[in-house]
Amino acid sequence: MSNATSTDTIVVAMSGGVDSSTVAGLLHRQGARIIGLTMQLWNQRRLPELAGDAPVAHRCCSLDDVYDARRVAEHCGFPYYVVNFERQFEAAVVRPFVENYLAGRTPIPCAQCNTAVKFDELLVTARQIGAERLATGHYARVSRNDATCRWELWRARDAAKDQSYFLFGLTQEQLARTLFPLGELTKAEVRETARELRLPVAEKPESQEICFVPSGDYAQFISAYLEEQGSAAGETSGEILTTEGEVVGAHAGVHQFTVGQRRGLGLSTGQPKYVVRIEPESRRLVVGDDCELFRDTCEVDEVNWISVERLDAPVRAEVKIRHRHEPAPAWVEPVPERPATGEENDGMSAALPSRRVRLRFDAPQRAITPGQAAVFYQGESVLGGGWIR
Amino acid sequence: MKPVYLDYNSTTPMAPEALEAMLPYFAQEAGNASSIHSFGQRARGAVERAREAVATLVGARPAEIVFTSGGTESDNLAIFGIVTHSPAPRKHVITTQIEHHAVLNSCQALERDGVEVTYVPVSTEGVVDPADVRRALRPETVLITVMHANNELGTVQPIAEIGRIAAEANVYFHTDAVQTAGKLPIAVEELGVDLLSLSAHKLRGPKGVGALYVRKGTRLRPLFFGGHHERDRRPGTENVTGIVGLGRAAELAAANLATDGNRAAALRDRLERELVARVPYARVNGGQAPRTPNTTNITFPFVEGEALVIALDLKGLACSTGAACSAGAVEPSHVLTAIGLPPEDARASLRFSLGHETTGEEINYAISVVPGVVEHLRELSPVYQKPAAAK
Repeated sequence: MSNATSTDTIVVAMSGGVDSSTVAGLLHRQGARIIGLTMQLWNQRRLPELAGDAPVAHRCCSLDDVYDARRVAEHCGFPYYVVNFERQFEAAVVRPFVENYLAGRTPIPCAQCNTAVKFDELLVTARQIGAERLATGHYARVSRNDATCRWELWRARDAAKDQSYFLFGLTQEQLARTLFPLGELTKAEVRETARELRLPVAEKPESQEICFVPSGDYAQFISAYLEEQGSAAGETSGEILTTEGEVVGAHAGVHQFTVGQRRGLGLSTGQPKYVVRIEPESRRLVVGDDCELFRDTCEVDEVNWISVERLDAPVRAEVKIRHRHEPAPAWVEPVPERPATGEENDGMSAALPSRRVRLRFDAPQRAITPGQAAVFYQGESVLGGGWIR
Repeated sequence: MKPVYLDYNSTTPMAPEALEAMLPYFAQEAGNASSIHSFGQRARGAVERAREAVATLVGARPAEIVFTSGGTESDNLAIFGIVTHSPAPRKHVITTQIEHHAVLNSCQALERDGVEVTYVPVSTEGVVDPADVRRALRPETVLITVMHANNELGTVQPIAEIGRIAAEANVYFHTDAVQTAGKLPIAVEELGVDLLSLSAHKLRGPKGVGALYVRKGTRLRPLFFGGHHERDRRPGTENVTGIVGLGRAAELAAANLATDGNRAAALRDRLERELVARVPYARVNGGQAPRTPNTTNITFPFVEGEALVIALDLKGLACSTGAACSAGAVEPSHVLTAIGLPPEDARASLRFSLGHETTGEEINYAISVVPGVVEHLRELSPVYQKPAAAK
């Protein structure tokens, strides 16, 4: 927390859970002037058919969570407000989530939400209401490297809880205004602190699923959302082919599948088959054996550099290609992005650092999935990250 | 400085006199107004005195006043009471696009039960045209419900004219007068209404109590069933304490109506004038229409009203924007949308509503703090850069 000073006003993004509540409690105890904000992101009255069996308490932006956050604010005695970001959340997170699935990709809405909503729109609101910094309950660390003059993003001390993977999109400006007070703590210590601070949420259970799809059934959510928007959901159905080109079945929609998936294919072939590739244009699902899922290279787009300003030559890094993935050693190589105009490449493009890289893993990786993030680590520090093509 | 409260349309602090009048009825005078004994009789006396006070405030007879739990219940009792009592196979209701949710959502519930509803639009100044109401009439129309003044804009609706249209058509006419009772003179005969809702906590009475004026001879089905309280219109042991508070507040409101109104109007006009002069692009919504004396609604383009309300609250100035949802977040205002504001302007609008306790000093504070906060928000707003750069 090297960038916290006592004179600042700090906004704490509060979900009503134990992590962000503990952040608020800790900062408040340290004497910081804090304001709690809870983002109302999704109206749970929309798509009511999705509510299903999910208990109300686990639904997104449930009143219970707001109530919990408010109780923490009252308990500690700091100002607290709920802010409506439904419009921004839908535009920046929900719609791209649906479009990505329809395009045969497997998106990570949490990373998108961090970059485009939490550390963007919410940070603007925080500054508008007089705060200079935003603190969240993420498990990660941020620090200033005085040698490089860069703000760096580091893995959390608690490796099991580390969320730096979801934060790779933060810009220098955003990192400079961000506090992750839990980065040095383990989950157990956070619970302990919450109890010590007598926070009313100290014993609250964890939530795991994507917040606006509490049931975890993405396909059902996408169908319901498309129906609400008046677009057809059935148009993504198509054939299932093997890698040899043999048609072996049909599927109900590409958005129901992700690379590496085995379940739900409905194939009666002898050997287990996995989704190897999704071809959104022809709405084809290509399946193969487990061994066909391994690749040693892929391209990554829209890279955000963190510990470096740009990449001009290949570097070594450990690369994480999904949240629960043991980072794998690889070469990260800059790929020149073709200028849109073609010929006139006389130094103009050199001024714009490339935001595309090619990864060459030392060992092939299973199920490199388009739409997921690839985050490059050098030790504990995040070099950068982007979206797998 | 003490935080400044400019959100009286949302609720008002209780008049000390109302509080004092209520106190004996919490403990010493705890009789049930329906009981035969002396304890009950004293409670009954207090309830009936309050009924007279409320009747006087709106120019009705005491027997025409039904006590309820507040404005929302009064609106529901009027709307469901009339519509569900009607035996007609096809039923139609006329209302406006700018009603309070207590009316709008009641109408939507009726629609789900097969009742047809016309939501009459309003002008850009937030006023309904009586001719539109007349045009919306159908043979099967059973109720017209139009608010007396809008809660967000303060704009006063042409109730008396609509009352004449309703009378000619022999259709029941309800008005939600929650924002005008105690602020504007009300005479139910002149307005030509059959039903009129009011709420105690908007006129310096306690929360949780209100009243519905029901013209003598009006047939309506109760919402609740139980004892024979309130002439069979609203069963349940009377909230004696609350009713006493409402009665006393109604007396005070009637006595102070002209003075409070003039004072509020002068302060409101100054606030409005100064803010429009000091904040670039600021403009008043509904300012050309007749309005309640205490309300102003101002658009501050290029800001998010929600952030503005929070920033002002942190500086000790309480006002409001849009309608708070159950979580406390702000939902876009259907009223500002109905007067034709684009969504971004609707979100950039604030309501300041003044009350009996508002002082000139408080208005000075608002005038001094709002322009700077708006400017700060605009400096950090990505959308403000464009018009500024384009100039």
